[in-house]
Amino acid sequence: MSTNTSKTHRVKAILSAIGGFVIVTLLTFVGLMAITFFIGRVIPIDPVLSVVGDRATQEQYDAAKIAMGLDRSLMVQFIAYVGDVFQGDLGRSVSTNRSVASDLARVFPATLEMATLGIAIGVGLGVPLGVWAAARKGTWIDQIIRVFALLGYSVPAFWLGLVGLVVFYATLDWVAGPGRVDIFYEGLVEPRTGLMLVDAALAGDWQVFWNALDHLILPAAILGFFSLAYIARMTRSFMLDQLGQEYITTARVKGVSEWRVIWVHGFRPIRVPLITVIGLSYAALLEGSVMIETVFSWPGIGNYLTVALLNADMNAVLGSTLVIGAVFILINKLSDVLYRILDPRSR
Amino acid sequence: MSAPLLEVENLRVSFPTPAGRVDVVKGLSFTLGRERLGIVGESGSGKSMTGRAILRLIRSPGRQSADRLVFDGIDLQAQSERGMRKLRGARISMIMQDPKFSLNPVMTVGDQIAEALKTHESLARKDVGARVLEMLHSVRINDPERVIGLYPHEVSGGMGQRIMIAMMLIPQPDLLIADEPTSALDVSVQAQVLDLIDELVREKGMGLILISHDLNLVARYCDRILVMHAGQVVESCAAADLYQATHPYTRGLLAAVPKMEETRDELPVLDRSEWSGT
Repeated sequence: MSTNTSKTHRVKAILSAIGGFVIVTLLTFVGLMAITFFIGRVIPIDPVLSVVGDRATQEQYDAAKIAMGLDRSLMVQFIAYVGDVFQGDLGRSVSTNRSVASDLARVFPATLEMATLGIAIGVGLGVPLGVWAAARKGTWIDQIIRVFALLGYSVPAFWLGLVGLVVFYATLDWVAGPGRVDIFYEGLVEPRTGLMLVDAALAGDWQVFWNALDHLILPAAILGFFSLAYIARMTRSFMLDQLGQEYITTARVKGVSEWRVIWVHGFRPIRVPLITVIGLSYAALLEGSVMIETVFSWPGIGNYLTVALLNADMNAVLGSTLVIGAVFILINKLSDVLYRILDPRSR
Repeated sequence: MSAPLLEVENLRVSFPTPAGRVDVVKGLSFTLGRERLGIVGESGSGKSMTGRAILRLIRSPGRQSADRLVFDGIDLQAQSERGMRKLRGARISMIMQDPKFSLNPVMTVGDQIAEALKTHESLARKDVGARVLEMLHSVRINDPERVIGLYPHEVSGGMGQRIMIAMMLIPQPDLLIADEPTSALDVSVQAQVLDLIDELVREKGMGLILISHDLNLVARYCDRILVMHAGQVVESCAAADLYQATHPYTRGLLAAVPKMEETRDELPVLDRSEWSGT
């Protein structure tokens, strides 16, 4: 085969892969919308009532129902909703009285910022700890790491958040308290990305940057601890499996140093399953942790979604669910791409 | 014969079980010159563990001990782990059983061979490349330039095993242990691989320990044979004399080998009471 035809083959393969991706993503999205939409409509809470209040007259109630379009059949409502969504209109939130899209643009970056730092801590510590535990299997190092990871599994988030605040904020004063920045820094930098650290850095306002980091570090570390627990355990078990493989013995027969045996021969093959674990942990953090966001007064998506649910604010619920769904799809696709880069067998 | 290449005296390897430690190699002794020694025995007779114990690669919780384990004047038991790493690959090497499992799946063949060389010699990158290509040539791989970029799943079993041989011989060791080097291969390529090992070992004047369960194969490729059973050597003889072996276990094994011209309906079952006394 000449290189030219193989090139066209490659281009075709890439195009069809992208095409397939778009179609699958669209279908997943519409499916997600359908499920959330219909669940939202069949649960026994009345969105009209949450707007007009329970002392409204029947006329007021009916008028509001018609204004909200809830008098139409479910199918018609759904189709109208899908049409709106594809034009970027997620409707209006009844609790904030703003468009859901602008609400999400405000709350999602807050969660994104915390989750990203959290997963960075979780991966940065969890992976080396897991590898270390596996390399020292059965020793006290392994035991300590396992107990540490088990703690991350079993300690409730709100408790750790509160204790963290008491110890590191109230007692030691190492970190700043709840909220994203100190009150007198609020609104100082223009929210371009919604990520406080990035906005402050873009504006060159380092005082705000360090203050925001000060606020962010504790909740992010707590989230990081939870993902660390999972990541370290999984890394340890993947690594133990690897270290029992024949090619590890081969490497030792060659006289390769123990460091290389572990990090090159042992670790490289587990990068692929690890990506799945990390991707899922990250996605879970991006859903927003209601507990942590509540304890730290963090205006994130977890908080927003919970408040919306309690207020029967269906547009906000649907909008948040779609964003979270989109995040999952995106992270899964990203993992797929990384697999292909890292594992020669899947190319 | 000059000073022996390898002296093993009273080698023991044990593993813990719920019922206490069990010796899988029970006091094995032999000496080896620059010759070809075959170790035969059934599964579980301790022959593979013997190979690994020579390289001091019995992993915890397994344990090994010996009264004497001397390679070319070097007391292996006195070596630190670092000292052993200098010997592994460079002076003593081992060909593993199944290339499907013993080659790293996410590293190219070329990188894996080069690693064996680079671990022991510091060479310029292009010299490493040249040595790898040359080594692949000598294991009869015709287009080494293409093969070095392949991953193990892209090569056949026979080629995988030749790559394994190339990898283990590139630092030019003095002693090669081949642990069932052909039992994972098709019969048609077994002879090719063994002929290749045989030729390279003779050419470079290395010592060879060929571990196998196949009596005929060992008789053909070795000068001397140890027959192992339940962790002990039950018979030691020159390869040519294998068929005159006296120990009942060896005789039993020989009798159980099917022959082309035979008319037996059933192969005999080993009568273990003859030697184990139970």
